[in-house]
Amino acid sequence: MTLTQDRAPKTSVRRLNRPDPRARSRGGQRFLLVGLVLASVYSLFPVWWLIVAATKDRTGLYQSNGLWFSGWHLWDNLRQVFTYEDGIFLRWTANSLLYAGVGSLGGTLIALATGYGLARFDFPGRGFVFASVVGSFMIPIALLTLPLYLLFSEIGMVDTPWAMLVPCLINPFSVYLAKVYTESTIPYELLEAARLDGAGELRIFFSIVLRMMTTGGATVFLLAFVNTWNSFFLPLTVLRGENNWTLNIGLYNWSGKRLESGVDLTGLVLTGALLSIVPMAVMMVAMRRYWKSGVTLGALK
Amino acid sequence: MIRSQRWKGAAFTVPFQLGFVFLYLLPIGYAVYQSLYKVQQSGLGLGGGTEEFTGLANYRQGLTDSAFMGSVLRVVVFACVQIPVMLMVSLVLALLLDAVTSRAASRFRILLLVPYMIPGVVAAIVWINLYSPDVGPLTAIGDAFGFHWNFFVPSMVWPSIGNLLTWHGIGYNMVIIYSALQAVPRELFEAARLDGASEIRIARSIKVPYVRGALVLTGLLSIIQMLQLFNEPALFRNVTPQTVNDSFTPIMIIYNQAFNAGNYHYAAALSVLLALILGLASFVFYRLTSREAD
Repeated sequence: MTLTQDRAPKTSVRRLNRPDPRARSRGGQRFLLVGLVLASVYSLFPVWWLIVAATKDRTGLYQSNGLWFSGWHLWDNLRQVFTYEDGIFLRWTANSLLYAGVGSLGGTLIALATGYGLARFDFPGRGFVFASVVGSFMIPIALLTLPLYLLFSEIGMVDTPWAMLVPCLINPFSVYLAKVYTESTIPYELLEAARLDGAGELRIFFSIVLRMMTTGGATVFLLAFVNTWNSFFLPLTVLRGENNWTLNIGLYNWSGKRLESGVDLTGLVLTGALLSIVPMAVMMVAMRRYWKSGVTLGALK
Repeated sequence: MIRSQRWKGAAFTVPFQLGFVFLYLLPIGYAVYQSLYKVQQSGLGLGGGTEEFTGLANYRQGLTDSAFMGSVLRVVVFACVQIPVMLMVSLVLALLLDAVTSRAASRFRILLLVPYMIPGVVAAIVWINLYSPDVGPLTAIGDAFGFHWNFFVPSMVWPSIGNLLTWHGIGYNMVIIYSALQAVPRELFEAARLDGASEIRIARSIKVPYVRGALVLTGLLSIIQMLQLFNEPALFRNVTPQTVNDSFTPIMIIYNQAFNAGNYHYAAALSVLLALILGLASFVFYRLTSREAD
């Protein structure tokens, strides 16, 4: 039905009927699993270390074994992170959520409309629009961000949330994904039938197309959200005052304080870093079924 | 299609097109325009400068700027080592996943994707602290095995950043290669097995050639990313400013020219140059890899 249905059910049915040839040699399987376990240890131990570090006080952090607990100071650390400089960390979290949430929502809606327009209508200039979408993947961020900074400062947008939100609205990669999803989800016949029934184009888009694109739209939103949440160069450039900063810029600043003014905020930085992963983890788990297909689809088509 | 419908279809793309002009075309045009001018100091430089058209002078300066070209060369050399290593590991992991039972594969796939979910800044923070002799366990582990390594000295800083990028990137690349592997017709393996081919032989002669497209794509994405390396060195600079100086990568130079030296015109020229270098690198890579496939 939709693109995002996993391949798994089909293959597992097939596998029930005949023995999995992969299960043939037990020793071979064990050898392969050892390789995967080693790779997983490499992938996971830094995250484990971060979790452990966030539970330690200063002495524990500097003196105990990094890979195991010593004392339980997580609540203390959290309180410190949230109260440092009048709770600026909470402000950064709210900013990040605002930019990533609202920016990606707007960007997804624009991308879905554009993708639908490109995939299901034939108008002069369509090829040109699509070519500029794909071509813009190659433009380095510095080439866009520096002149954007100058333009934004001309119109007084630097250092306001708009400087982060507006660029998020236009995301060529989202448009590209939306076009691919439309092509596989919205049949021409359906649109013709709706038109014969007298539905207007806007109505068709809002009440039929958008509804059928829930899965694709969720993937576009998720990837845009992750992208904005992780962004660093744009906020570093267009946000000067710390009240509008994102979590990333805040953490970057904290981690630089040691050299700048000799204040060691390592404990705060680590606990803050762990906290900044939490929304990402929640999002990823909640939308697992969507992003798995989105990551690979965007790359392979 | 009826004529009026075509225009209604075009109307769906209008918000994007307007935004694209405002956020992409206009800035690029502005950057190119800025890059052709230079601030000329009048007198002793006290009266402020006047902007003067200087043509391609900024570009000439950029191409002979040893700091800028040096930083380009630095990331290119680094890319030639890190990207093949990362893609090789990703390929091996994808092949391993493809060879185990599907239940094991789906579990390990999630575990190996965990680093990809970590924001780049956080990933850098975590590894910098793991490397740190004060709080990280790696120095103590090294000492226990007789390696007295220091991850922040000049000779170690690239391996340190390389490991961080590899850790962050293998999951994503592995997933792309793995899904390409899933598309290989299973009958091919059966036929090869009947002919007596070993699993390793099948992997080398059937699976790897089949995923060449995915490897080219992940390679291309990695090159684009590498030439724009910024976050990781910027965070390393917080710990070891002597080694990771402010002209370590091309984007760091551009950022510093714009915001610390206040030289937007030169920064604009350098960003246009970087875009051209990026286009050239992608083109060369694409030609090289597609010729091999013939």
